Amino acid sequence: MIVRILGEGQLHVPESAVGELNELDAQLEAAVERSDEPAFREALDALLGKLREVGEQVEPGTLEPSGLIVPSADTTMEEVRRLLTDEGLIPG
Amino acid sequence: MGVMKRVQLVFRAKANKALDRMEDPRETLDYSYQQQLELLQKVRRGVADVATSRKRLELQLNQLQQSADKLTRQAQDSLAAGREDLAREALQRKAGVQSQIDDLKVQYESLQSEEEKLTGAAQRLQAKVDAFRMKKETIKATYTAAEAQTRISEAFTGISEEMGDVGMAIQRAEDKTEQMKARAGAIDELMASGALDDMVGGPRDDIQAELDRMGASSGVDRELEQMKAALASSAPRQIEGGQADGASAEPASAPAVEQAGDAE
Repeated sequence: MIVRILGEGQLHVPESAVGELNELDAQLEAAVERSDEPAFREALDALLGKLREVGEQVEPGTLEPSGLIVPSADTTMEEVRRLLTDEGLIPG
Repeated sequence: MGVMKRVQLVFRAKANKALDRMEDPRETLDYSYQQQLELLQKVRRGVADVATSRKRLELQLNQLQQSADKLTRQAQDSLAAGREDLAREALQRKAGVQSQIDDLKVQYESLQSEEEKLTGAAQRLQAKVDAFRMKKETIKATYTAAEAQTRISEAFTGISEEMGDVGMAIQRAEDKTEQMKARAGAIDELMASGALDDMVGGPRDDIQAELDRMGASSGVDRELEQMKAALASSAPRQIEGGQADGASAEPASAPAVEQAGDAE
């Protein structure tokens, strides 16, 4: 499946890794809901780390949309919240 | 559902909404392509803007570094001249300048990374725009309207996601650049007002003035000392010379006296 890291591009991720990614993602979501900044940072770093470990760069000329989209490492918790509700963070 | 899926759905919804607004598939292709070209322009301008800001910061950093270096030299000169008070003052000012430098360096690095990110975003978008252009022509030439519709939505959704991502990167870079401009402006003002002490040839350089005064007065002192020493060493000789050296001096002046005598 194709996963996009915002600001970095798309990665091919093997289906076998999706389960683990979802677990890390659940931790990230829980941290956002609790407004737990340290846990948020840790979960986001872990998720991105795993993605980079298992993912392979998608050829840049592909027009295939991503199945999952992950915020970049320097995204704040507030920005993630706005991303989830689409409060004008994505232009256009 | 998880953050990853939710973010993806937000992007997807955005693309679908734009797609729904288009009635004619061909219009979708051409209109989207125009938008892509505009966004490419925008991201390239973004790269240039960030680079400009970064260079301005670089210039300020150099100026501040020169000030810090000069203050260090002044502190050394002051200490060598036995003026610990002046040396302390110079080092205190240097600490102020140094903290500005440290701060600016952090900002500089963040701008640098923003520039790299935006450059990467421009390259990725360029690749997708190229792919889209080719696909657009193929779709137009080969497919019936009904077939075209599904292929268009795929291509459109893919490029729309990229555009959303690049758009966010541009926004982020713009925000950073604006902050940087405000900050660089503030530092320029500080330097101009002398509050930050633009010591490099600045008019308010009282430490240098004091050092110069000391330098000048020590020069005068040195010359005075030399004169005194010269006087002290030659005076006894002269006094003695009046008596002892008189004999040796006489032959030298004697011819003149003789000549004068001859002339008479």
